[in-house]
Amino acid sequence: MAAPMLRLCCPGRRWALACIDGCSRHRRGAPNGCTSSRKRGQSSVAQQPFITAQKPRKGEHEWAAVVGLEIHAQISSKSKLFSGSQVHFAAPPNSLVSFFDASLPGTLPVLNRRCVEAAVMTGLALNCRINKKSLFDRKHYFYADLPAGYQITQQRLPIAVNGSLVYSFCAGKNRSQVINKTARVKQIQLEQDSGKSLHDDLRSQTLIDLNRAEGQLRVDANISVHHPGEPLGVRTEVKNLNSARFLAKAIDYEIQRQINELENGGEILNETRSFDSKLGCTIPMRDKEGKQDYRFMPEPNLPPLLLYDTESLPAGADPQQVIDIDRIREQLPELPSVTREKLVQQYGMLPEHSFTLLNEVGLLEFFQNVMKETRAEPKKVTSWVLNTLLGFLKQQNLAVSESPVTPSALAELLNLLDRKAISSSAAKQVFEELWRNEGKTPAQIVSEKKLELMQDQEALEQLCHAVMEGHPQVVMDVKKGNPRAINKLIGLVRKVTLSRADPTVIKEILEKKLAS
Amino acid sequence: MQFDQSKCSVLKGFVTIKDGCAHVVPAAAVDLYFCSVSPGPCGGRLSTRTMLGRTLREVSAALKQGHITPTELCQKCLSIIKKTKFLNAYITVSEEVALKQAEESEKRYKKGHSLGDLDGIPIAVKDNFSTSGIETTCASNMLRGKGYVPPYNATVVQKLLDQGALLMGKTNLDEFAMGSGSTDGVFGPVKNPWSYSKQYREKRKQKSHCENEDSNWLITGGSSGGSAAAVSAFTCFAALGSDTGGSTRNPAAHCGLVGLKPSYGLVSRHGLIPLVNSMDVPGILTRCVDDAAIVLGVLAGHDPKDSTTIQDPVKPFVLPSLTDVSKLCIGIPKEYLTPELSSEVRSLWSKAANLFESEGAKVIEVSLPHTSYSIVCYHVLCTSEVASNMARFDGLEYGHRCDIDVSTEAMYAATRREGFNDVVRGRILSGNFFLLKENYENYFVKAQKVRRLIANDFVTVFNSGVDVLLTPTTLSEAVPYTEFIKEDNRTRSAQDDIFTQAANMAGLPAVSVPMALSNQGLPIGLQFIGRAFCDQELLTIARWFEKQVQFPVIQLQELMDDCSSVFENEKLASVSLKQ
Repeated sequence: MAAPMLRLCCPGRRWALACIDGCSRHRRGAPNGCTSSRKRGQSSVAQQPFITAQKPRKGEHEWAAVVGLEIHAQISSKSKLFSGSQVHFAAPPNSLVSFFDASLPGTLPVLNRRCVEAAVMTGLALNCRINKKSLFDRKHYFYADLPAGYQITQQRLPIAVNGSLVYSFCAGKNRSQVINKTARVKQIQLEQDSGKSLHDDLRSQTLIDLNRAEGQLRVDANISVHHPGEPLGVRTEVKNLNSARFLAKAIDYEIQRQINELENGGEILNETRSFDSKLGCTIPMRDKEGKQDYRFMPEPNLPPLLLYDTESLPAGADPQQVIDIDRIREQLPELPSVTREKLVQQYGMLPEHSFTLLNEVGLLEFFQNVMKETRAEPKKVTSWVLNTLLGFLKQQNLAVSESPVTPSALAELLNLLDRKAISSSAAKQVFEELWRNEGKTPAQIVSEKKLELMQDQEALEQLCHAVMEGHPQVVMDVKKGNPRAINKLIGLVRKVTLSRADPTVIKEILEKKLAS
Repeated sequence: MQFDQSKCSVLKGFVTIKDGCAHVVPAAAVDLYFCSVSPGPCGGRLSTRTMLGRTLREVSAALKQGHITPTELCQKCLSIIKKTKFLNAYITVSEEVALKQAEESEKRYKKGHSLGDLDGIPIAVKDNFSTSGIETTCASNMLRGKGYVPPYNATVVQKLLDQGALLMGKTNLDEFAMGSGSTDGVFGPVKNPWSYSKQYREKRKQKSHCENEDSNWLITGGSSGGSAAAVSAFTCFAALGSDTGGSTRNPAAHCGLVGLKPSYGLVSRHGLIPLVNSMDVPGILTRCVDDAAIVLGVLAGHDPKDSTTIQDPVKPFVLPSLTDVSKLCIGIPKEYLTPELSSEVRSLWSKAANLFESEGAKVIEVSLPHTSYSIVCYHVLCTSEVASNMARFDGLEYGHRCDIDVSTEAMYAATRREGFNDVVRGRILSGNFFLLKENYENYFVKAQKVRRLIANDFVTVFNSGVDVLLTPTTLSEAVPYTEFIKEDNRTRSAQDDIFTQAANMAGLPAVSVPMALSNQGLPIGLQFIGRAFCDQELLTIARWFEKQVQFPVIQLQELMDDCSSVFENEKLASVSLKQ
C-alpha cells in the first residue's frame, strides 16, 4: 500500500527545548498582532528553523512558543513501501493500486529494500543512531482512505533515533550575521501513506484515490505557548501542511491565535486543526473528532527489520538479502553544511550567499559550471548568479533548470566583462538579450548591438574635448572646486559614447584636460 | 528463521527409502466402499469406483499407468459431491473449472508430460483461501453479500494448480475460521461422514433402536470441517485447511484423517484470509501420512509474497521408511493429562506410548509447565489480531455494504453488524479492548510474554533430547451436533483447542494421525508435535505409527445405498448448499 513515507518526528518537548534555547521566544506584538518582524531561514523542511522572535517591549509578559514537527517525506522510489505497484506523480486515480494497496483479504506486506536504504541514509545524514533491529506496528483507525483499517508504521522501535540537525540562518541588518542552531530529531520511521480523500460536498460524496503518491512533503505541526519558567501549554496539531511557506504561516498564525486566546481568558483545546491557505488561518478539523485510541499492535506479517554493519555482517551473506549500514554511509553525498563551508573557504564567499546557492535546487551546480568556464572573479560570478540570474528566475517563477541562459553563456558574458570588452551596464543589456533566448551568443549580441567599449583613446579624447567645449559652465564649476561637477561631465561623455566607454578612462582623460 | 535439518539428524542414521507405496489402506479395505473387486495396485485397469477409496499416491500411480483418466476421476468425484451434498462440505463446487483442468491434465498424460504426483488429482480448498475467479466467502455474509471473487490465487492454491491438481471446490468452515465445530458459518454446519458410516451405525443400533437416525448426526470438528468431510467422504484426495489453533488437526481427528499443521513459515500464507497472522498456517488433510507429505512437498518453500516464509530452499519431501524406532525419544507431556480427557482417548494415548516403547523407543514423561496458561493467552492474542484483521471489512472496497448512507461511520457500523456473526463481532470487541492504550500492557504484552514462555517450554523439552511429543488431538471423539451447540462457540473453542493451539503459539509442526475407533465406532486421532522445521522427520514418525495401528477405512456403502432417504431428510433441513 501506499507511497513509501519517511516520518521524521520532532515531538513538542524535545524540539521545543531546542527552539526555546534558541530564539523561539515570542512576545505579544502590537495590539493588532503584528507579525511582520519575523524572519525565517528558507530551506528544506528539516532545516527549517522556526524562529519567531519579536523584540520584547518593556513591561509586557513574555510568551514562549513550542513547536514540534512531524514531517512526512515521500521516498523517491520506483515502487511502494510494501507493494510492487509503482509510484508516479499525477498518475490517474487508482491506476497504481496493487491487490495489497486495495487491502484485498489475504494480501501481505513486503518491505521495499530501496525505502529501507533511503531511511538509513536519511538517519545517517541527520546524525541519528541507526537501530540494527527495528519493528513495524499497525496503527488502527477507521477512515475511508485507509482501506485496511490500519496503517503500517514504526511506533515502538523505529529505524533511526536521537538525531540532530545543525542549521544556520542569517540574521541582522543585512542578513550578514550567521547563527547556528541545533534541532533534535526524535525518530525516523518508515510508514505507509494513507490514500487520498476527495470530498465532493455538492453531491455529499467522498472519492478515494489509493495511488497515494500525493506529494513529496507533508508536515503536521504541534504548537503550544507558555510563559518561560512555567509548564508547557496545551498543544494543538495543525495537520497536512504541504509547503514550507504554509508551514511557517500556519505556525505564526497558530502561535498568535493561542496567545490571543489565552490573554483574553480563553483556553486552548488539545485538537487537530487544518490550515486554510486562502484565509491564512487555522481552523478546527471536524472529521477526526474526539481522542483516537490507535490501538497499536505489532505487524505480524513483517519480521523484525535487521540491519548490519561491516562488523556484524554475517559471513557469506547474500548482499541482496542484507543491508549494510557502513556501505550506505559510504554512498552518502556531501552534506549541505560541508558544501557551504567549502564555498566560503574556496571562493571567499559570504556565508549568506552560500545558503542561497544551496537552497535553490540546481543553483549551486549552475554556479560551479559558470566557474569552470570563466576567468571572472568568484565574487563577480556569485553576484551575477545570485542577483541577476536568480532575480530573473524569481520574477518569472522559473526553476534553475528552466533558465533560458545557460552556464556557458553566462560564463562567456562574464569573460567579456572581465577583459573590459564591455561595460557592466552593457553586460546587463546582453543578459537581457540572452534571456530572450534567440540562440545568439554574447559575442554576437555585443557585436550586433555595438556594445563593445570604445578602445580608441584618441577618439575618446576628442569627445571629451567636445563635451568640455559645449558645457563651459560645468567646467567652471569643476575648476571652482565643486567635486561633484566632474561626475556630470563623465555622464555627459558616456551619453555621447552611447555608454560604450569605460567611465574610469573618461575620468582620467577629463582630469588630465582640466588640469592643463 | 532457519530450516535446520541438522537438528533433525536423529533420524538420518537409520532410515532407508523404500518403495513409494502406502501401506495404510489395504486394497481390500478400500473396496468396502464401492466395489467388490479388488485388483490391487499393480493389477490391470481399475474401475473408477475402486480408485476413489485409494490414497493420493496410489491413484497418482494409476493415472500415470493409464488405468484411469483424470476426467473419469473428476467426474466420479463430482458425482460423489452431489451424492453427499447433504454433508454440507462444499460451499462452492467448481465443476466447470475442475472438468476443464481434468481435460488439460488428460492431454498431458496422453503426451506423457505429467506435471507430477498431483497431476489430475481432485483436491478441495477451504473457503478462506483466495481463488482467482472463484467466489471466496469465509462462510460470512461479509464476503458472500456481494459475492467476493478474488482476482488472484493464494500461493498454496497456485502451487497445487501448477502441479495439475483439479480444484473441485471451496469447502465449508466456521465464519472466518472462528470455531471448532464447523457449525458457525453462514452456510450452516458440516456433517461428519462418520455419522453415516457402517461402523458407527452398527454400534448405535446396538445401543438404541428408537432414535431418529439422522437427527443425531455428528459434527466434523473445525474450523476446517468442510475440507475434512470432503476428504473423508471420498469427494477428493486431499484438501487444504487452515490451522490457527487446531483447525486442521481437530476435524482430521474427528473424521479419521491425517491432519498436518506445518511449521510456521514453511508454507506461504499469501492469499489465506487471515484469522491470526502470527499463528495461521495452511493445513493439509489427507487419508494417509504419505499423501500429506506429497502435498507438503508441493506447498513448502519461500514465497516472496510472504515475508515470514523461510529463505532457505526446501528439499523435496520423500519420507524415508522408518523401520527401527529404538533410537527415538518420545515425550509425553504430563500437563496434557487433563480431567476433561475422555477415558477412551486417554487409554489409546497410553496404548500408543506403549507401542513405541515396546518397539524399543525411549518414552519419557516431560513437562510443559506453562500449558495451563495457553488457552487464555491464545484468547488475548487471537482476538487482538482478529480485531485488527477484520478492520478492512468496512463495506467500501468489497463485500457486503448496508443501505445506510447517513454517514460513513453509520455505514461502517451497520455493514459490520450485518456482515459478521456474533462470534466474529464478539472477538473483534474483545480484541479491541485488549489493544486499548490502557489495557495493552496488561493484556497484549503479557500474553506475548506468556506465549514466549510456552514456546520456550517446547524448546527446553526438545533440547533435552526428545524427538517428538505424543499427545491427544481432541478430548473425545466427535459429538452430535445437538450436543455440541449446548455450549457457545467461545467455550467450545477454548475446550477443543486445548491440545492443539500450543503448537501454533510456538510455530511447531504437528500432525494428527487417526489411531482407532472408539467404542461408538468413531475415529480417535493422536497428535505428534515436532521440532520447528523438522516436518519431514515428524511425518516419518507419524507414518511409522500409522503403519502400526492400521486404522480402518470408513465404510460408507450403507450411506450410498440409502442416499435417497438421506436426501429426503435433507430437504427438511434449513441448510442449503450454495453452488
